[in-house]
Amino acid sequence: MPVLSIENLSGGYGEADILHGISLEIDAGEIVVVIGPNGAGKSTAMKAVFGLLRLSGGSVHLAGEEITNMDPAEVVNKGVCYVPQTNNVFPTLTVHENLEMGAYIRKDDFRPRLEEIYEMFPPLAEKKRQAAGELSGGQRQMVAMGKALMLEPTLLMLDEPTAGLSPIYRNEIFQIVRQINDSGVPILMVEQNAKQSLAVASRGYVLVDGQNRTTGKGTDLLNDPEIAKMFLGG
Amino acid sequence: MDSAQAYGYMLYFVSLMTMGGIYAIMCLGLNIQWGFTGLFNAGIAGFFAIGAYVTAILTTAASTSHLGGYDLPVALGLISAMAVTAVIAWLVGLLCIRLRSDYLAIATIGIGEIFRLILKNEIWATNGARGIAKIPLPFENLSEPWNKIGFMMLVLVIVAVFYFLIEKVRLAPWGRLMTAIRENEYSARAAGKNVERVRIEAFVCGSVLMGLAGGLTAHYIKFIGPGATEPLTTTFLVWVMLIAGGSGNNRGAILGAFLLWTIWSFTEVLTGRLPAELAVKAAYFRIFLIGLLLQIVLQRYAGGILPERRPSLNIKA
Amino acid sequence: MDFINFYLIPGLVLGSIYALGAIGVSLVFGILRFANFAHGELMLIGAYITYSLMQFTGLHPLIVLPIAMLFTSLVAVGIDHTFYKPFRASKSTIVIVASFGIALMARSAVQIIWGVDTFSYSSGRIQMPMILFDTLRLSHKHVWIVCCSVALMTVIHLILTRTRTGKAMRAMSDSAELARLTGIKTENVVKATWVLGASLATAAGVFLGWDSHLHSMMGFYMLLPMFAAAILGGIGQPYGAMVGGLVVGLAEELSAYPWIGDSPLLSPAYKAGVAFALMIIMLIWRPSGLFKGRVF
Repeated sequence: MPVLSIENLSGGYGEADILHGISLEIDAGEIVVVIGPNGAGKSTAMKAVFGLLRLSGGSVHLAGEEITNMDPAEVVNKGVCYVPQTNNVFPTLTVHENLEMGAYIRKDDFRPRLEEIYEMFPPLAEKKRQAAGELSGGQRQMVAMGKALMLEPTLLMLDEPTAGLSPIYRNEIFQIVRQINDSGVPILMVEQNAKQSLAVASRGYVLVDGQNRTTGKGTDLLNDPEIAKMFLGG
Repeated sequence: MDSAQAYGYMLYFVSLMTMGGIYAIMCLGLNIQWGFTGLFNAGIAGFFAIGAYVTAILTTAASTSHLGGYDLPVALGLISAMAVTAVIAWLVGLLCIRLRSDYLAIATIGIGEIFRLILKNEIWATNGARGIAKIPLPFENLSEPWNKIGFMMLVLVIVAVFYFLIEKVRLAPWGRLMTAIRENEYSARAAGKNVERVRIEAFVCGSVLMGLAGGLTAHYIKFIGPGATEPLTTTFLVWVMLIAGGSGNNRGAILGAFLLWTIWSFTEVLTGRLPAELAVKAAYFRIFLIGLLLQIVLQRYAGGILPERRPSLNIKA
Repeated sequence: MDFINFYLIPGLVLGSIYALGAIGVSLVFGILRFANFAHGELMLIGAYITYSLMQFTGLHPLIVLPIAMLFTSLVAVGIDHTFYKPFRASKSTIVIVASFGIALMARSAVQIIWGVDTFSYSSGRIQMPMILFDTLRLSHKHVWIVCCSVALMTVIHLILTRTRTGKAMRAMSDSAELARLTGIKTENVVKATWVLGASLATAAGVFLGWDSHLHSMMGFYMLLPMFAAAILGGIGQPYGAMVGGLVVGLAEELSAYPWIGDSPLLSPAYKAGVAFALMIIMLIWRPSGLFKGRVF
């Protein structure tokens, strides 16, 4: 059974639909990447899973259980963690406090997990008491991801994690994505950076104008000349 | 019912229409600011007070306790009230128009309070807390009931004139621009419109009406003082009237004014018949009820009795 | 010496009172995203409940203060649930208008229940002030007010930085949407905000009533100075509100001092205008406040 399955989903923010019946699946252990041109509805699809969209049709299932239109707080409770593209940290809270907030719904002692996160993101350990808003883009992204990982999620959703980052940080983030996946967490990732993301992906979906265009293994899509045309050097 | 009672009811009806009409003018003004342009003016009482004092000073006889002695006719007094209010509103607008709604509300209520403080403390001009009395009333030389009916007709004519003027504006490009700015400021700016200028214009026009209403009230009651322009009641009542009647709709503004003024005045009459100790408390109870009415309207009938009608794309003559 | 006794110290006292109110305003503004025009009435309700508790038990207002805080918090949470919650997703202007109405309803309720006479906490005994260094006059109640205010502000600081709920409040003030995405139960945070805000407002109202007297318009008279202090400090910055409160209080009292020549710089009748003027200047010159709060 797939960890997450989106079936024929349509919806939007206002009156017009942005998504027109998209479907995608992600199985245990996979990294699934969603790519496509601007305005294709990639981020919108992610928000739809998280109950942030007005849906006009279709359904979302998490490990067989229907979560269509569920409140975000509920979805988090089910073990799905979502890192938005912007506004993904609490800027006036320190790094440490951001991570603590990530663990808000945990009722157990999460200090061991905190240590694990600091080990995964060494730069953060040095900046524990610094306000997250003062960090560089790459470090902020680490805080955002670390925060999401505090809950030891069963599915991690990342919206353009390398947007606006320098090449060094970009590589680091992709490394970390692999690392997280190796530890057993399936990852659904929306990316503009098609080339690098498809290289780490198990499978990919190409969305155009709110609809599915192609899907396939990461490597197959990488070598597909049509995709290469769509994302010149992307 | 005997003729004396009927006469009494008629006079009461005339007073309802007069005060209701004055509030209708204020509601039309607030409708331009809030209904059309989305400007949150919480300082209505301030402009009301300015209009009232200007006409009072200009039309009363000379006095040792306050500025006066210009002895201008009422019409000039009212026009001056509108002019002074316009200038002051323009200055306020220049200062505040870029503020977002929460902040504009706070700023305007603060400015309104500053005006009231000045009017109360510059005793040489305004006679402070004692106020200015013996303000002339148009038609007062006529015999009853014609004096009261005359003034009522004057107020109603003013309401009608402004209603038609504003309706024309609403359908004209300038009026549509106000609503466009209210709905989507970003697009309006992108289209090259001078958003600030239009907002200031809307603010000034609305405030002028409030000043006029203040002036009319000063003449009607023949007295003006800081207490008579009790800010919370005036400002608040006008807001409730517009929201209940229908923000964005001129007829709604007028309807809301007359309707709520009637309720307000009627409950005053009713509670006036209670024994003394209860009657005092009843005054506060009336305010409580109007406040509660506002909550109900906001939660259930947010559009008001006559909600906003968007002008159709083909403009009829 | 006159300066310290009759201008500086009253400025500090008034500033502490404004600060306590402004912290509540700032928290509500930052977390619920609207200017609560009924915050002055929370002070009013708190002060009057304390008065009745005093009458009922015969205890000193400071002792019954915690109970009054509890009652006022309940009232605040109740008001929010009935009158503000329906508008959580709406434009803030609607809920501001609603809060304007609540302010009038609360004020009239107080006027109906207690009437419009002025009341006093003290039973008429005049306490002699302490005289230090032969010239410094400190009245006991001023010392109590400032010390209790500092204590309360310290408690707030600890709550905001050491407790889970406090951190969640700061998180929600940063970004309510991210807080929801993180799984934070935003309605619980909202309730906590009202409890804190109402408790501080109660203290502010009691201190004000203690320093002067109680009357039904005191909420309205406090409202604009508290807004001024909150805006000065930066919306959503409770520490800024503390500083803002002190600045506004001091400015108000010091404006009447004869800085130049013999007569007051500003006629005392215009004292109330100082706060308004400060606020308008801030709004136009630097809306984010002195401490970079949020600009909506």
